[in-house]
Amino acid sequence: MNNNENKIFEFYKQFKKNRVALVGAYIVVGLILCAIFAPILTQYDPLIQNLSNRLVPPCWSDGGTFAHILGTDDFGRDMLTRILYGARISLVIGIISVSISLSFGVIMGAVAGFFGGLTDLIIMRIVDIMLSIPAILLAIVIVSILGADLFNAMIAIGIVGIPTFARIVRSSVLAEKNKEYVVASCVNGSSDFRLIMSVVLPNCTTPMIVQATMWFASAVLEAAGLSFLGLGAQPPTPEWGAMLADSLQFITTAYWMIVFPGIAIFLTVIGFNLVGDGLMDVLDPKLKEK
Amino acid sequence: MISYIIKRLLWAIPTLLGVSVLVFSMVHLAPGDPALVMLGEHANKEAVDALREQMGLNKPLLEQYYFFITSAVQGDFGTSIISGEPVISEFADRFPATVELSLVALTFATIAGLFAGIVSAVKRYSWFDYISMSTALAGVSMPVFWLGLMLIYFFSVNLGWLPVSGRLGYEFDIDHVTGFYLIDSLLMKDYAAFWDTCKHLLLPAFALGTIPMAIIARMTRASMIEVMKEDYVRTAKAKGCTKAQVILIHALKNALMPVITVIGLMLGTLFAGAILTETTFSWPGIGKWLVNAVNQRDFPIIQSTTLIIATVFVVINIIVDLLYAVVNPKVRLS
Repeated sequence: MNNNENKIFEFYKQFKKNRVALVGAYIVVGLILCAIFAPILTQYDPLIQNLSNRLVPPCWSDGGTFAHILGTDDFGRDMLTRILYGARISLVIGIISVSISLSFGVIMGAVAGFFGGLTDLIIMRIVDIMLSIPAILLAIVIVSILGADLFNAMIAIGIVGIPTFARIVRSSVLAEKNKEYVVASCVNGSSDFRLIMSVVLPNCTTPMIVQATMWFASAVLEAAGLSFLGLGAQPPTPEWGAMLADSLQFITTAYWMIVFPGIAIFLTVIGFNLVGDGLMDVLDPKLKEK
Repeated sequence: MISYIIKRLLWAIPTLLGVSVLVFSMVHLAPGDPALVMLGEHANKEAVDALREQMGLNKPLLEQYYFFITSAVQGDFGTSIISGEPVISEFADRFPATVELSLVALTFATIAGLFAGIVSAVKRYSWFDYISMSTALAGVSMPVFWLGLMLIYFFSVNLGWLPVSGRLGYEFDIDHVTGFYLIDSLLMKDYAAFWDTCKHLLLPAFALGTIPMAIIARMTRASMIEVMKEDYVRTAKAKGCTKAQVILIHALKNALMPVITVIGLMLGTLFAGAILTETTFSWPGIGKWLVNAVNQRDFPIIQSTTLIIATVFVVINIIVDLLYAVVNPKVRLS
């Protein structure tokens, strides 16, 4: 085994010890599998309506059928199918939002931490301004500027996450930049760009990985919230928050329309939170203490 | 201490100015002509011109910002595009509903969170610890709007114990003295209205308070475990203090410091969380009003609400920081 394989094996061994985190990992893997194999796992289309099959209850309730295990919605669409396809949307939301937050947050944090002085002051004031508006409110403000749809909601959530990543990366860069290996590389004639990208940042990845996992959970939660408010995914997109918004008028007649999309959001969020917690334990126990 | 307060207040000025620039820019950042964005593409030319004139959109940007910020400082946030009413009076009508809901939620979250956190720390690895910390973990991951819907389904639709939505039953009529129905009903000595207000508050406050409760419980547990290892706690035990004295007087007092900070910061977060809860429970506060404004692109309402909530958030942060400095001399000295 080479050194990298050794590290991965060691990480896996440590991660496996944390049973709660392992449960989170199983949930996340399950979610990814559902998203990938949705067309194989179900025979229905998530968008095609079948009005003769409206509001069929789940298979265990009176009037339910095994053809629609979790029942159907007000347009006769299979709930299980929509929830499975919803996993795809949630994963895309998480990936795009985290990518936006991570890339801009890393650039801002690294530049602020590395150069310090006025650059640091200006960047961190921008970060403070963004943090002074509560996350969901800032997301709503951005969506109101860009217009209400799913893609704009992802951009909004991505922007909302930037300050958190910027702060974390900045403090990591501050801790690293005066260490001997960085000074040695500087003496060797490395440019600032090379110092940041190749020398300092690779040693700041641990908190970034942990934060990215945690933010993934928040992104899914916030996107569902925005869609619930009618500011994210629009009908008939099978997004879990939008499905919940649609269920409001059927609260007295079709409980399955409320229960299952919510369970899907809850499991996804708790799964990523548990994995993030487990990663923190293994990769950086000191971070947890902080 | 005074220099610390002045420093802290001065730091808030650039932040608030930055927020005001961001909020002001909203109208101009939206793609297209701001007046058309607000009135819709099919608005007639006269209406568009009138709105431009009313909002000063024909003037240079700097002049517009100066007008915006000077008006805002005087409490003038313009008029709502949809209703034509002054934004500030509409805001003032709804704000007490949101504050009442947030404060009740915070009170519930603080009491339940502190209790769960303290007992979990003292009885570490007991069944209570496992159950309360698992509940706290679930609480942090719970979509507040889904929890709200589930509560409505069980307690209102199925059991019929509590009302589904609103602040007060239609059969009650109370004077709006403070805008806080709990206080107003007591001032009128209308105890039936007070009880009805409590019933209306219960579900939304529980839903809104769940996440803060979970965070406070986890924070209190971690902080208490840390403090219980300290020498002074061991000394208290050695000198013969009862278990209750050790926990409540010696340990809790010191463990509470980080918890106080979190509780303070939660209040700002609760105002924002209220947006989702208010929509679920049709609670007539600023959250529901704001969402309607976003859907109708009523920018004066969005701008004013954002600016006011951000200001409240910054002010609460300052108060928490100052309180923290009062109870913890290390902060002042650093």
